[in-house]
Amino acid sequence: MTIDRVSAVVLLALALLVFWESRSLPLGGLARPGPAFLPVVLASLLAMLALVILARGGRSARLASLQWSEARHAAVVLVTCVFAVVALERLGYRITMAVILLVLLLVIERNRPVVALSLALGVPLVSYWFFTRLGVLLPTGPLGF
Amino acid sequence: MDPVHDLLFGLSIALQPENFIYSFLGCVIGTIVGVLPGIGPLAAVSLLLPGTFGLDATKAVILLGGIYYGAMYGGSTTSILMRIPGEAASIVTCLDGYAMAQKGRAGPALMIAAIGSFVAGTLAVAALTVLAPLLARFALRFGPPEYTALLLFGLVVLSYMSGRSMLKALAMVTVGLLLGMIGVDLAAHMRFTYGLAELVDGIGIVPVAVGLFGLSEILTTAGKATPPQVYKPRLRDLSPSREEWRASVGPIGRGTVLGFAVGALPGPAHIISSFASYALERRLSRHPERFGEGAIEGVAGPESANNAAAQAAFAPMLALGVPSNAIMAMMMAAMMIHGVLPGPLLIRQNPEVFWGFMASMYVGNVVLLILNLPLVGLFVNLLRIPYRTLYPLIVLFCVLGVYAVRGSVFEVGIMTVMGLVGYLLRKFDFEAAPIGIGLVLAPTLEISLRQSLILSRGSYVIFLARPIAATLLAAAAAVLLLALLSVVRRALRSAPA
Repeated sequence: MTIDRVSAVVLLALALLVFWESRSLPLGGLARPGPAFLPVVLASLLAMLALVILARGGRSARLASLQWSEARHAAVVLVTCVFAVVALERLGYRITMAVILLVLLLVIERNRPVVALSLALGVPLVSYWFFTRLGVLLPTGPLGF
Repeated sequence: MDPVHDLLFGLSIALQPENFIYSFLGCVIGTIVGVLPGIGPLAAVSLLLPGTFGLDATKAVILLGGIYYGAMYGGSTTSILMRIPGEAASIVTCLDGYAMAQKGRAGPALMIAAIGSFVAGTLAVAALTVLAPLLARFALRFGPPEYTALLLFGLVVLSYMSGRSMLKALAMVTVGLLLGMIGVDLAAHMRFTYGLAELVDGIGIVPVAVGLFGLSEILTTAGKATPPQVYKPRLRDLSPSREEWRASVGPIGRGTVLGFAVGALPGPAHIISSFASYALERRLSRHPERFGEGAIEGVAGPESANNAAAQAAFAPMLALGVPSNAIMAMMMAAMMIHGVLPGPLLIRQNPEVFWGFMASMYVGNVVLLILNLPLVGLFVNLLRIPYRTLYPLIVLFCVLGVYAVRGSVFEVGIMTVMGLVGYLLRKFDFEAAPIGIGLVLAPTLEISLRQSLILSRGSYVIFLARPIAATLLAAAAAVLLLALLSVVRRALRSAPA
C-alpha cells in the first residue's frame, strides 16, 4: 500500500462521514440552499479528489518506507498536551505547566537538573504573571496555584 | 483621498509612543522567530494572538504584522551563517549566503540581505499605500456573486501555487472548508456539533493553526540533534566591497518589483518569489557559474523579493478581505477578533487601523534595519540554546496561547488533535496551510454562495451574467486547465514509446 492510497482512503472516509452526518440537516434547493447544501457539495468534491488521488497513487512511496525515528518524542509531547487538557482546570495553570516542563526537560530530554528545575518552576510563574497582567484569564487550582 | 495626507495621518498614529513600542516589540519577536529554526512566523503569530486581547485593534495588528515581516528579515541570518533557513522563504539564500560565509564574507552577505530587505520592504509598502485603497474602491462594486467567484479563484490559485501536488492542496482546502461548516449556520441549524456546546460557535482558527503549524513542527523535530557550526561575523566586517555594492543594486531593484508582483497572488508567494528572483538573477548574470559558489546577487535578489512579497501579501487581505496565505488568514482572524473586518470598507470604517498599520510598516522597516545589522551577533547567540531546552517551552506557549483565546481546555484538545493531524500530513506529504485558509474563508464563501443563489432564485447563470464574477471564474477555470494540461503532458512524456 502506498502513502497516497492510504491518504485517499482516509479522505474518502471523511467525505462519507460528512454525507452520513448531513442526512439529518435540511438540504434545501438551489433557490433556497439549506444548511446541508454546502457540506454535501464539499463532501462530493472531497470524495472526487480522493478517488483521483487513489487512482494516481500507485507510484508514490510505500507506507512501510516512512521513517518514524521521532515518533517516541512526538508521542510524549502529545501525552503532555492531553495531560494539559485533563489537568489545567483541576490543578491550575502553574502546577500543570511545571509538571509538563519537568517531564519534558528533565525526564525526556535529560537537561541539567539546575536548568530543568529553574525553567520548570520559573517559566510558568513568570508567564502566569505576565499574561494575567495582559488581561488573560488563566486557571488556578485548589491550592490557589 | 490624498495618499500623502493619509500616510501622515498613519504616521501620527504609528509614532505614538505605545504604538511604536508594539511595532518595535513585533520586529524583535519576528527577528527572533526568523532566526530560530523550528518556529515559523505563522506559529508565532498564532501563539501570540491571545497576548493581544488586552490591546486595541491598531496595536494588535501593528504587533502581529511586525512579527510577520520581522521574521522575513531574521530568516536570512541562519541561512547565511549556518546554512539552515530560519523560515521557508530563506531557503534559497542558503546557497550563496553560506558559500560567502565559508569564504569569510558573512558580514557583507548579512549587510546586503538587510539593505535589500529594507529597500524592498519600504518600496513595497509605498506601492501598497497607493494600491490598497484603489483595490478597496474597486472591490466596493463586489456583491455576493463576485465574492463567491473571487474566493473560488483565490482557492484554486492557492492550490496551483502550493508547490507540491495541486490535487492534494485542493483536497486540503476542501477539508478546511468542511471544518468551517461545524457550528451554527445562517438559519440557526446546528451542524456537526454532536451536542457539544463548545462547537456551537465553530472551530476557531487559533487551535487549528497552533496545532497544525506550531505543535506539529515540534512533533516532527523534537529529539533531533542541535544545529551545526555557526559563523559569527564581527561588526567591522559587515561592510561590502565597492564591487559587491555595484553587483547588488540591480538584483535588489528587480527583486523588489518581482516580489511585489508575485506577492499579491494567493499561495506561498514570498517563498516562490525568492526562488523566481534567484532564477532570474542567474539567467541575467554573465557568470552564472558563480551562483552557488558565493555570488552576492544570489543573496540580494531573493532577500529583496521575499520581503517585497511579504508586504504585498497584505493588499488582498486588507482591501478585499481575502487572505492570500495562512499567515494572512491568521492576521485576518486577529483583526476580526478585535472587531475590525478587513475588506473594502476597512479604510472607511477603521482608517486609524488601516493607515496606522501602513505607517507602522515604514517604521518597522527602519527598526529592522537597525536591529539586523549591529545586533546580529546578539541574535546569533540565540542559536546556542539547545533545541531540547527550547521546544518544551514552545509546548507551554502552545497550550497557553490556545487556552487564553476562549478560556477552554476543549480548545487545547482541538490543538492536540490538530497537532497530530499536522504531523501525519507532513509524513504523508500533504500541506497543512490550505486547511487554515479554507477554515477562515468557509463562512464568507457559504454566505456569499447562498446569497447569490437566493438572489438568482437558484440560477447559476448569475455567476456568468456579471462581468467581474465571470472573469474570475474563467481565470479559475484557466488555472485548472493549465494544471490538467501539465499532468497530461507529464503522463505522455513518461509513457513508454
